Amino acid sequence: MNPIVSAASVVASGLSVGLAAIGPGIGQGTAAAQAVEGIARQPEAEGRIRGTLLLSLAFMESLTIYGLVVSLALLFANPFTS
Amino acid sequence: MYQNNLSAFNSFYSLAEVEVGKHLYWEIAGLKLHGQVFIVSWLVIGALLAFAIAGTRNLKQTPEGLQNFMEYAYEFLQDIAKNQIGEEEYRPWVPYVSTVFLFIFGANWAGALIPWKLISLPEGELAAPTNDINVTVALALLTSFSYFYAGISKKGIGYFARYVQPTPILLPINILEDFTKPLSLSFRLFGNVLADELVVSVFALLVPILIPLPVMILGLFASSVQALIFSTLSAAYIGEALEDHH
Repeated sequence: MNPIVSAASVVASGLSVGLAAIGPGIGQGTAAAQAVEGIARQPEAEGRIRGTLLLSLAFMESLTIYGLVVSLALLFANPFTS
Repeated sequence: MYQNNLSAFNSFYSLAEVEVGKHLYWEIAGLKLHGQVFIVSWLVIGALLAFAIAGTRNLKQTPEGLQNFMEYAYEFLQDIAKNQIGEEEYRPWVPYVSTVFLFIFGANWAGALIPWKLISLPEGELAAPTNDINVTVALALLTSFSYFYAGISKKGIGYFARYVQPTPILLPINILEDFTKPLSLSFRLFGNVLADELVVSVFALLVPILIPLPVMILGLFASSVQALIFSTLSAAYIGEALEDHH
């Protein structure tokens, strides 16, 4: 295995998860804040708000997971090592 | 120096006992099959069938015990399809949506709850079937075929009119969507299940006792949410294909 390729792959796999976590993190924070506001305003709608919040959080989570898939591919199934 | 660091890194992740990309191969008629996926899938399917048979034997007018639980589960699954597809057309799609939900849910929980590490295979390891990308891609493609079937069987060739629906300028994006749907469905499920297992095994490597427990419980929760998301999205795609454009 070429040492430069493996070093670059390890750095890239770390970066791909880290960078992919930024956007969804901000988005999840906004969504949770809005949900808390909604519950405070309308406590009787808590059940439905919680359900929708969990579903949308999982959607945002999946964006980070795409970064994770890329980093796993680089670590365990790297196409550039022969 | 690079080499030393690299071998230290390699021994780190072999210690964590996660074997990503290693499989127990079965050679059948020139095809290489991932055996560990089949073993766990059959167990999950068997468990689901056993529950279904035990729950529907000896049906009573006022449900009690297991029958009660099965009716509750059925109503929950029916609601997923009903909320996404709509009152009129949801009924034929309840079996598909609920099968997908139950299989993914059973597979994820089987991977998380049963101590598979106690059984050692010659190669690869037993885990949730959904942590193999082939399984999730197969499930996602099933969803793709289902919504195409739903749309074409309802509207015939007119189904393809939706590609130019708001304006013909969106044609490339609409075509692209048919490819990104299964891609995102499969990657989401695969990544989440694998991430849960990786996190648990890395925690178990660092602190083998008590500390991984909350993470495992979080993993159980996350994997059930993933099952819900996969089936909800499948139902939503089918509902979108069945929807009338005015």
